[in-house]
Amino acid sequence: MSSVLKISDLHVSVGETPILKGVNIEIRQGEVHALMGPNGSGKSTLAYALAGHPNYTVTRGTIEVDGKDITEHAPDERARLGMFLAFQYPVVIPGVKVADFLRHSVTNVRNPDRREGEGLIGMREFRKELRSRMTELGMDHEFARRYLNDGFSGGEKKRMEILQLAMLQPRFAILDETDSGLDSDAVRVVSEGLARLSGPEMGVLIITHHERLLEFNAPQFTHVMLGGRIVETGDAALAHDLHANGYATVRARHPEAAADEATAKEVVA
Amino acid sequence: MCVWLIAVEECIDVEEMNGKAMSLAAKHPGRIGFDIEVFEQFLSGRREADWITAARRDAFEKYTQLLAQELPAEEFKRLDLRPFNAELFRPVSDSGELEAVSALLGETSDYGGRIVHQDGHAVEVSGSDQLAEKGILFGELQAMLEQHRELLEPFFMRRAVSPDADRFSAWHAAFWTGGTLLYVPRNVEVELPLHSLITSTRNGVADFSHTLIIVDEGARATLLEETASADADSAGLHVGCVELIVERDAQLRYVQLQNWNQKTWHFAHQAGVVENNGTLQWTVVGLGSRVSHIHQDINLAGRASSAEVNGVTFTSDRQKLSYYTQQHHQQQGTRSDLLYREVLRDESRVIWRGMIKVDIPAQQTDGYQRSDALMLSEEARCDSIPGLEIEADDVRCTHGSTTGRVDQDQILYCMSRGITRNEAMHMIVEGFFQEVYDRIPIPVVRDTLSQTVQKKLGIETLAADVMSADDEEF
Ligand SMILES: Nc1ncnc2c1ncn2[C@@H]1O[C@H](COP(=O)(O)OP(=O)(O)OP(=O)(O)O)[C@@H](O)[C@H]1O
Ligand SMILES: [Mg+2]
Repeated sequence: MSSVLKISDLHVSVGETPILKGVNIEIRQGEVHALMGPNGSGKSTLAYALAGHPNYTVTRGTIEVDGKDITEHAPDERARLGMFLAFQYPVVIPGVKVADFLRHSVTNVRNPDRREGEGLIGMREFRKELRSRMTELGMDHEFARRYLNDGFSGGEKKRMEILQLAMLQPRFAILDETDSGLDSDAVRVVSEGLARLSGPEMGVLIITHHERLLEFNAPQFTHVMLGGRIVETGDAALAHDLHANGYATVRARHPEAAADEATAKEVVA
Repeated sequence: MCVWLIAVEECIDVEEMNGKAMSLAAKHPGRIGFDIEVFEQFLSGRREADWITAARRDAFEKYTQLLAQELPAEEFKRLDLRPFNAELFRPVSDSGELEAVSALLGETSDYGGRIVHQDGHAVEVSGSDQLAEKGILFGELQAMLEQHRELLEPFFMRRAVSPDADRFSAWHAAFWTGGTLLYVPRNVEVELPLHSLITSTRNGVADFSHTLIIVDEGARATLLEETASADADSAGLHVGCVELIVERDAQLRYVQLQNWNQKTWHFAHQAGVVENNGTLQWTVVGLGSRVSHIHQDINLAGRASSAEVNGVTFTSDRQKLSYYTQQHHQQQGTRSDLLYREVLRDESRVIWRGMIKVDIPAQQTDGYQRSDALMLSEEARCDSIPGLEIEADDVRCTHGSTTGRVDQDQILYCMSRGITRNEAMHMIVEGFFQEVYDRIPIPVVRDTLSQTVQKKLGIETLAADVMSADDEEF
């Protein structure tokens, strides 16, 4: 039976400011969804809310995995249930080696019942696995010994996110602009990498402003977010159309959400 | 050129409090120090050369004078010493029954020699015979001073720490007992590190142990020293002194890991003197004690001498650890590089006052100092105050300090990868110290620190991770 990630009527606030105003999306394992929308429309907010970021408060609605409500779950519990977020802005963890970080992380995700302090997966097999994933993503093995994201270029950070995705093999992956900041070769590597990694076991939500990632990972569904709401859902053709023509026609079709978008900007300003 | 990185935090001024402490002390002088009766009684239990006793008497005289004066304000005004009561502590004339105190660095590695002190008296010396074959002197300080007076007297409390620096140095000079001496003759290398363990086992003991290391021209050595208490509850006083003398072209690596229990008062003068082209690598680790104050001098006395100073401090509960560090560039082309990192838990407090001093002849000097603190609780508090005093005009001195809290985005990022909040905290703290560990080229020290820090963070079992499974590096 394939798993399903169900987002229902999700309202999310940052502090006192409501950002998401009733988002509904259902993602099954094996499906690719694209999420598009102008800057500030709330895409990253949705991604953070799905990951369980404490600053993003769910004020209404639910997030469910296979009928299990995870809206109140801590971020690490969500990860152990198979959720993964590739961050738009990956965080630097100074002094923590990529290999040590990932060994810990992989151990926890693969053994969801592991308690703190219990043994980690064997170094030998882990090393072998990590190296082959790095090779596939065209990464120098030296990265494993570097401190996580410390001094990495923008593109290197994005690749590191994909490497983590490859190691953790989540059931649901949310990629927040993983393709921005990459040179065209890197976009290709990442796009192909994702195509290889996804497949029937993974449901993917791709947040993007570009088309390349979607070329390799054709979405069955494209959602358009405006003013904190999903205003339209279509197929790959919709994504293509938005890339070609921008959001003017979407705003025209949804004046109410477009108005919300304007007030949100004022509040922030 | 001087660059201010980030200046942080105002400091509370306890000068007034210490002023009150002075008036309290005037009424009860025994609270802040030892009087002549304690001194005479101490002397009556000593068996030592007359010249040593004579030096003590001189020091005691200075001590009495200094005790009547206020402590140097700039160095002590942030440290509240009112709760200190010297009446609770006395030196003891013997080591007492031998107690096995578990050392952090002790069991883990092969040492070329080892010396153990208990309650201010040497109880074990090993390796000195083999070392003696190469002309190296390693052993208990008093015996060595008596046997090699001509060689050692010019160094002892003359080249690095002076008895009249302040009341603590004078106190030490009058009452020192036991102690570690290492003398490495010209061009000799001590291949394996040496280990010194200083323990406190009984309630109310005042311990005045001394460390004197002399690395003669072109010689090399490494000494790892640690202090520990036998139990968590015995109150102790330690007034210590460390003297590191690095002659021209010599190299010394010295580590001191202070791990007294949280009932111990720890005061120390520590000074290194580096002559022409000599290098000193000095690591100071502060984990224990109730209150500690370390005065650390790095004297770059010879041309092109250099010093790297590392500090790792981790405080918890209501501990208060205070450092006054001074990198003193006295000659041309000298280099100093100081990096302190502090992690503070609970209601603990760290004070770091750092100075770079550059004398007129010390052109082409490169001085660096930095202290970074990571606060794990709202109640912890850190004052770091870097400072410069530069008289030469062609120098490069950089200093700075930061204080911050654990970044919630870092925690979230780790957690979103399946790592628990606790594990994330451990990783982040460990990572924070890593930059200092990376500067310490002695694996046993790095590993010990890493495990000790993990333990102090709270979840003991997590420390097992460090050593886990096949225990290999990636
Ligand atoms: N932590 C925060 N504090 C204040 N405002 C926030 C915060 N996070 C998001 N917002 C606001 O919420 C709105 C949506 O932001 P979000 O980052 O979700 O947009 P986005 O769709 O991902 O945009 P982009 O395409 O530029 O990445 C914006 O107006 C933003 O300023
Ligand atoms: Mg975004």
